Amino acid sequence: MMLQIVAVVASVMFAIGAVCAVYRMVVGPSVLDRVIASDVLVATIICVLGAEMALNRHTDTLPVLLVLALFAVLGSLSVARFLPARDSA
Amino acid sequence: MSVLAHDIVTAVLVLAGAAMCLAAGVGLIRFPDVLSRLHAATKPQIFGLMAVTANVAINNFSVGTVTLVVAIVVFQALTAPMAAHLVGRAAYDTEHLHPELLIVDELRDRRASD
Repeated sequence: MMLQIVAVVASVMFAIGAVCAVYRMVVGPSVLDRVIASDVLVATIICVLGAEMALNRHTDTLPVLLVLALFAVLGSLSVARFLPARDSA
Repeated sequence: MSVLAHDIVTAVLVLAGAAMCLAAGVGLIRFPDVLSRLHAATKPQIFGLMAVTANVAINNFSVGTVTLVVAIVVFQALTAPMAAHLVGRAAYDTEHLHPELLIVDELRDRRASD
């Protein structure tokens, strides 16, 4: 019973965090803000998968977490590396 | 470990991870420029991940699970600061920051001496 309440509360908190990240991704104002917001969205997804595993007591999605931890960095890294020097969009 | 203690540990760690994600979202909305948003964004990437993966490792305590969890945390701790560093440097170079909010600007001094 307690874990069900925890699951609902945690879902609401994850959802609010994800919606805030999507808002920042839509509003911007710069490309770097959008990149940071997409990083936060990936981190939220990783935490949601891990929390679901912890609450349901299984380890099925741990390899997904490993791949995300390894390759989530590539998007933001390439955008930050190859950003034009004078970017205002 | 008794069932109740096990459930309490699970609940606390899951809520810690959720609180990190919520704090990152609120920080993204409320902070004024790229560098301070970056500060808010990098918290769930490490602390939230550590909380939920430690939770999984406690719930299914075996060699394979713990090894995988350690690998996940190590790789995230290697890659997340790399991206944050590059984004911060790009933000400085494209002047997406409020200089009046900076207490110390060591990069400007170094650029000026070059």
